[in-house]
Amino acid sequence: MASLVGSRVERKEDTRFLQGKGRYTADINIANQTYAVFVRSPHARAKIKSVDTSKALKSSGVVGVLTGKEIAEDKIGGLIAGWAIRSEDGSEMKVPANPPLAKDVANFVGEPIAVVFAETLDEAKEGAEKVKVDYKVLKAVVDPAEAMKSEAIHDGVDKNLCYDWLLGDRKAVDEAFAKADKIIKVDLINNRLVPNAMEPRACVVDYNTASEEITLYTTSQNPHLSRLVMSAFGGVAPENKLRVVAPDVGGGFGSKINVYNEEIVCSWASKKIERPIKWVAERTESFLTDTHGRDHVTHAELAVSNDGKFLGFKNETIANLGAYARVFGTVTPTYLFGPCATGVYVIPAAYSNVKAVYTNTAPVDAYRGAGRPEATYTIERLVEKAAMELGMDKTEIRMKNFPTQFPFKQTLVHTVDSGDYVAGLEKAKQMADYAGFEARRKKSEANGKLRGIGVSSYFEACGIAPSAAVMSLGCGVGLWESAEVRFNPTGQISVFTGAHSHGQSHDTTFAQIAADELGVPMENIDVVHGDTDKGTFGMGTYGSRSLTVGGIAIVNACKKIVAKGKRVAAKMLEVNEDEIEFKDGEFVALKSNKKKTIGEVAFACYLPGQRDEMKSPIPEGDEPGLIESSFFDPANFSFPAGSHICEVEIDPDTGNVKVEKYTAVDDFGRIVNPMIVEGQVHGGIAQGIGQALHENTQYDETGQLMTASYMDYTMPRADNFPEFNLGFTCTHATSNPLGVKGCGEAGAIASPPTVMNAVIDALGGQEISMPATAEKVWKACKTMKKSNAKAA
Amino acid sequence: MTKVTLEVNGKKFSKEVPDHTLLSVFLRDNLNLTGTHVGCDTSQCGACVVHVNGKSIKSCSTLAADIEGSKVTTIEGLAKDGRLHPMQAAFKKTHGLQCGYCTPGMVMSAVDLLQTKKNPSDQEIREWLEGNICRCTGYQNIVAAVKEAATKM
Repeated sequence: MASLVGSRVERKEDTRFLQGKGRYTADINIANQTYAVFVRSPHARAKIKSVDTSKALKSSGVVGVLTGKEIAEDKIGGLIAGWAIRSEDGSEMKVPANPPLAKDVANFVGEPIAVVFAETLDEAKEGAEKVKVDYKVLKAVVDPAEAMKSEAIHDGVDKNLCYDWLLGDRKAVDEAFAKADKIIKVDLINNRLVPNAMEPRACVVDYNTASEEITLYTTSQNPHLSRLVMSAFGGVAPENKLRVVAPDVGGGFGSKINVYNEEIVCSWASKKIERPIKWVAERTESFLTDTHGRDHVTHAELAVSNDGKFLGFKNETIANLGAYARVFGTVTPTYLFGPCATGVYVIPAAYSNVKAVYTNTAPVDAYRGAGRPEATYTIERLVEKAAMELGMDKTEIRMKNFPTQFPFKQTLVHTVDSGDYVAGLEKAKQMADYAGFEARRKKSEANGKLRGIGVSSYFEACGIAPSAAVMSLGCGVGLWESAEVRFNPTGQISVFTGAHSHGQSHDTTFAQIAADELGVPMENIDVVHGDTDKGTFGMGTYGSRSLTVGGIAIVNACKKIVAKGKRVAAKMLEVNEDEIEFKDGEFVALKSNKKKTIGEVAFACYLPGQRDEMKSPIPEGDEPGLIESSFFDPANFSFPAGSHICEVEIDPDTGNVKVEKYTAVDDFGRIVNPMIVEGQVHGGIAQGIGQALHENTQYDETGQLMTASYMDYTMPRADNFPEFNLGFTCTHATSNPLGVKGCGEAGAIASPPTVMNAVIDALGGQEISMPATAEKVWKACKTMKKSNAKAA
Repeated sequence: MTKVTLEVNGKKFSKEVPDHTLLSVFLRDNLNLTGTHVGCDTSQCGACVVHVNGKSIKSCSTLAADIEGSKVTTIEGLAKDGRLHPMQAAFKKTHGLQCGYCTPGMVMSAVDLLQTKKNPSDQEIREWLEGNICRCTGYQNIVAAVKEAATKM
C-alpha cells in the first residue's frame, strides 16, 4: 500500500466549507437565546466612579444588565498570565488583577465595564446605550518606550514594569565586544499588529438548568485550556459541568488562544439569567479587544571581526504587554524571543535583556511566530548591516557563521537536533537567481526604479513544547498533547485529538497519518476535535505544535492499537504473538501466511464471549474493545529553518514598494502533505510582508485606537503579492518518530527581515522602520537623492 | 417592519423584517443560510459576497428591502445535483482555502469574475479579488483556483 504521508491529498474539510456548510460559532442559535452587547470603556485610562443601569433595565426587550460589581460579588475570577517570568534580580513578575468586567478602573479603550442582555440584538444595543458610566479620565500611558518614566497605571506595579529579564552572560558579552573589530548597531521597532482572523470572536452559551451544565460554544484555538482556566481561575463552573466547544473556527493566529472576558461573563451570566446568550464581536470590537502582537522597541548590537566572524550579540528590548498580562503575554518576549535572538549562527557570547511594560492599550500576546519573528528581525537586520559595513556578500557572511555540526548547541538555550543551513541558503540562491541580481538592478535603474535584494536565514523553536523544559521556565501547565483512537466494531475509526484545527487541515493530515499507521483507507477515519465532551484533554493549537506534538500522540495511540491487534490476531490464528507481522492493514502469521485484516481483528475485540465454534479471541490479561489513547510529551522543541530571498522594486516618485520576487526554502523535516505545507508557508509569508510593508496598529497619545477597522488598518490584499517561489530541504527531526518539524509560523518569522533587508538595500543602506509605507519610502528616496547629489 | 420577498437559490421567501435589515442578516438569521459570513461590517472584507440578479454584491451593506423581488444566489446555491460548481472544485483541488471563513465570499466573487471575463490574467484576478480579504492563504492558491476554474467554466 502506498504511503499517504508525503502525498498531496485533497482536504476532507473542504467539501463542507466550500458549500457554506461550515459551522462557526456565530452560525449557532439556541432556542430562547438572548443577545449580549458589552458596554466598553471609551477611555484608555479612567476611574469608574459609578455605573447606573436603571434606564437600561427599563429599556424595551432588556432581560438583564450586569456589571463588575455583580461579577465581583459572585467571586468570578479574572483573566490570567500563563507564564511566571522572573526578573534578572530574582524577583517575581508583577501581574495586576484583570477582572472580566472592570469595576474600579478601566485600562484600555474597549475594556468591558457592563453587559446588557436583550431579546434581540437591536434591543441589546439600545440598552447598552442607556448604561450610564461616570468616569474620571486619567492620563493614559501609551508609548512603551516612555512607560517606565510614566505614572504607574496599576497599583503595586512600579514603573509599569512587569519584569526586567535577562538571558545570557553580560560579562562574556562585554569581553567579546572588547575584542571585536567592529560593532554593528541597530535600533528597531517591531510594529504592533492586530492578528485579524477573518472570523470575529464570538460565543454562544447554553445553561442547562436541570443538569446545571454550561455549554460554551466559542472561537477558541484550545477549548480544553479555556475550560481549565474558566473553571480553575474563573470559578465559573466545575470542569465536569462546563463543556467548551470550539466548532469550525475561522482563523486564530494566536488571537484565539486566550480566554476572553466575554466568554467568562456570558458563561457566568447564562446561569444567572437562566437563558442562553449569544455574543458576536463586530470587527471594531475585535480590533479593540483581541490580543495584539509584537510591539517591541529594540536596541541590538553584533560584535564582528573584520573577516566577518560573529563574536558577540546583545539585545536590549522594551516589550509592550498592553494593559494586562495574558496567557502567552509574558513568555512571548522572553523564552520565545531571547533564545532565538542569536539566529542560525555560532555566536560565542550573547545576552538578551527584556523589560516588559504595561500601557493603556489592548493586551499583547502571541501572534503567529510569537517572539521568534521579533528575534529573527533583530539578528537578520544586524547580519545584513554587518555585511554592508564590512563590504561582504550578504550570503557569504551568513555561510561563514552557520554551524556545520548537528546537534548544534546554541549559546543561549536550545540544542538544535538537526539542520543543514548551508544547503538551504545555497538552494535559495539558486532558485532566486541571486547571481543575476545585478543585471536586474541595472535594468530597474534604467527604468528610473530602485531595486534591492534582501536575504534572511532563520531558525525557530516550535512544536511547543517539552513540559519539563517549559515548566522549569515558568509555564503554568505541561504542553504535551493527547490522542485517542477508537476502532469501532464495524471498522470505522474515530481519531480524537487535543489539537484544534482553525485552518491547519487536521481532518486531512491526521487522517493521513492514522491511515498509514493502521493500514486502512483515509475515508474510514474521522478526526474529531474541538469539544471537551469528546476525546481526551488536550492543549490546543499554537506554536506550530499540532503535528509535532499532537500528531505523534496519534501515531503512538495507533501503535498501541496495532500492538493489541497483534495479540488478538495471534490468538485468532493460533500462533505466538512474535510470529505475527502487521503490514498494510493485515496481521499475517509468518509461517502459515494465514491472515486477519485489522477490521476483522477489531470486530473480534468486541466479542469476548464464546458461542458455538466461536471462541473469545481476547488473550488473558487483555480487555475487550479496541480503543487506545496516548499522551505525548516531546523530548525537545522542533527546529525548522531556512533561507528566504526577496527582491523589491521602488518607484522613487511615489515611494511605492513592489515585491517583485520572493523565494523561500524551508526545512520542515518530513512533510506529511506538501500541498498543505505550501499553503501554510504562503500564508505566513503574506502575513510577514503585511508586517513589513502594510500593517501598523496606531494609538494616539490619549490611547484611542486610530486603526480600528479595515478602513484604517491595512490588511494585505491579493494584489499586494507576487507569486511566491517555494523550495524545501529536508533533515529529519530526531525528537519525534515521524521526523517532522512545525511549519505554521515559519513564513511569518522569515519574511519581515527578508523584505526589509531588500527595501534597505534598494535605499542604499538607509534605515527605515516597518511598515515601509509609500510615504516613508518616498521620504527616504528624497533623502537619498539629496545625499547622492552632495556626493556628486 | 417591511415585508421582503426574495428568490433565494431558486426558492421564493417572504419575511416581515425590520426596515434596516441587511441582506446578510436576512440570509443568516431569517433563512438560516449561514454560509454567507460577516467579517468586517464596513464592506471591506468580502466574506459576505452573494449574487443578486447574477452580479456579485456585498450583502453586509445592502438592505434586504432595497432588492425586493430580486434573485439571490448564495454559496449554498452554487453546487448542483450534489456536484460542486467548477469554482468550488477548483478551490478544493488547488488548496485555495484554509479556515474557510472568507471562502464563500471569495468563491462567489471569483464566479462573477469569470462571468465577466473568461480568461483573466493573474494580475486581473488579483485586482478583482481586491475586495475579498483572506488572512490564511496569501492568495496564491486562490489565484491558482480561479485559473483552474477558468479552464472548466
